[in-house]
Amino acid sequence: MDTSSLIILIYVLVLASYLGFELITKVPPTLHTPLMSGSNAISGITIVGALIATSELGFTTLSKWMGLLALVLATINVVGGYAVTDRMLKMFKKK
Amino acid sequence: MSNLVQIAYLISSILFIIGIKFLGKTKDARKGNVISAVGMLLAIAATLVNLDLATFPEMLAAMLLGGAIGLYYAKKVEMTQIPEMVALFNGFGGMASLGVALSDHFLKTQVQAVEIDTVNSVSIIASVLIGGVTFTGSVVAWLKLNGKMSGQPITFKGQHALNLLLLLSFVVIAVFTHLYQADHVYITLLVGISLLVGILIVIPIGGADMPVVISLLNSYSGMAACATGFILNNNVLIVAGSLVGASGIILTQIMCKAMNRSLMNVLLGGFGQTTAAGPQDGPQIVIKEVGVEEAAMLFDSASSVIVVPGYGMAVAQAQHVIRELMEQCEKRNIDFRFAIHPVAGRMPGHMNVLLAEANISYDKLIEMEAINDDFQNTDIVFVVGANDVVNPAARTNPASPIYGMPILNADKARTVIVSKRSMGKGYAGIENELFGYPNCLMLFGDAKQTITKVVGEMKEMS
Repeated sequence: MDTSSLIILIYVLVLASYLGFELITKVPPTLHTPLMSGSNAISGITIVGALIATSELGFTTLSKWMGLLALVLATINVVGGYAVTDRMLKMFKKK
Repeated sequence: MSNLVQIAYLISSILFIIGIKFLGKTKDARKGNVISAVGMLLAIAATLVNLDLATFPEMLAAMLLGGAIGLYYAKKVEMTQIPEMVALFNGFGGMASLGVALSDHFLKTQVQAVEIDTVNSVSIIASVLIGGVTFTGSVVAWLKLNGKMSGQPITFKGQHALNLLLLLSFVVIAVFTHLYQADHVYITLLVGISLLVGILIVIPIGGADMPVVISLLNSYSGMAACATGFILNNNVLIVAGSLVGASGIILTQIMCKAMNRSLMNVLLGGFGQTTAAGPQDGPQIVIKEVGVEEAAMLFDSASSVIVVPGYGMAVAQAQHVIRELMEQCEKRNIDFRFAIHPVAGRMPGHMNVLLAEANISYDKLIEMEAINDDFQNTDIVFVVGANDVVNPAARTNPASPIYGMPILNADKARTVIVSKRSMGKGYAGIENELFGYPNCLMLFGDAKQTITKVVGEMKEMS
């Protein structure tokens, strides 16, 4: 990777982290559990990396199998995370 | 990567941000989760469009398998078990990042036989370390939370020295990994050390500190995804990963503050083992018991009630009968609210989810700062399965391990009724002097059964 693209990635990292701090400080404690399971689902974004890792070629290399393992786990994270968060948030009602 | 895919990733990132923004308001939260899920779907679709799909059947099979497991778990899990589920899923996130990092390493060294540059090497190694630690650390947290492993801290002599030694050797081996890329023994060693460190850093942490640990591991899983973004030169991974990383760190800070402990103090572990000091040097606690009928009469004649729920309520599955108690009280125009301590339960916000499941309106659940001054004007405080969060020793006894921790001022109420199985100690293993206070009454027995009886008595009165 050349230095200029590295710098852009660091830019993104710094700004997104700052934005994350700003946004999450405003989440009320009532919603901390769904926030955590919801962000759990977001951390399943590694699925993108896993898809890239499993594309092309056949399943003859260790590289492929590692990618496939990552793909299964990341999908569990994404699907399970969003589903359980939705299930919880559905219960939060005001009467 | 085509521009179109980049634009799709940008939109995904924006959707994640908007989704989290919406999570800040209870009425919009569900929408926020859907928005974030759409962002994820878009990122997946954009990635697939751009790829050579020679292995699509395998990919589809992997995703169907993962999706089915995730969906099944999400539908089946009890609300009391959410902390375990989140812990385990943090681990899966970490392992997925580790997998992607290794895959990339093997692809470059074995398949393509190209040199990995320094930046890429550092990213791969960081991803291996954070991912590995997150995985085994989360598995240990999961085992502790579901009771398959004791919640007691496991400490041994030279523990910190061993951790330090492992981290130092990690750095040295990391350098070798970069220098001798084709030799896979080094990267394998790195994976091994990471997995070992994950176990070692979570075993000394006691069960009562699990809310901090889950929050921290949550943050790690985000950071691992971030590191993977650096490997693949991919912005959406970095944005999503840092949002999660930031979220976990903030929750960790909130939990530490609520326990008046520094993060370092929690991580070094062993909390709750030195409980010898305390009751022995103080006067023997004399408690007063209250029966079901008398408790019902007390509720009947009160004009304000605050319930302090703790994890014990969840264990006894008493949240539904507490709603019935609330209905009985509200029928009598008794002001009925809940006081939620930030570390009540096994993860941040756990009590709120349990009470929401029992169909209790969220505006009845009041945070500590907002309700702490109201206790002195309250007729009855009903403590159900909570202990350390109402222990006045935190204010009065400098010798107590929880001294200085912010607590709910339950003891200031006119009458305190404590529903408790027996005279055991709290999760942190500390005696509670509240139980000996003159205004405190103990309602012994299983919370669900005794409260059901109290509600029965109240129904007969009306």
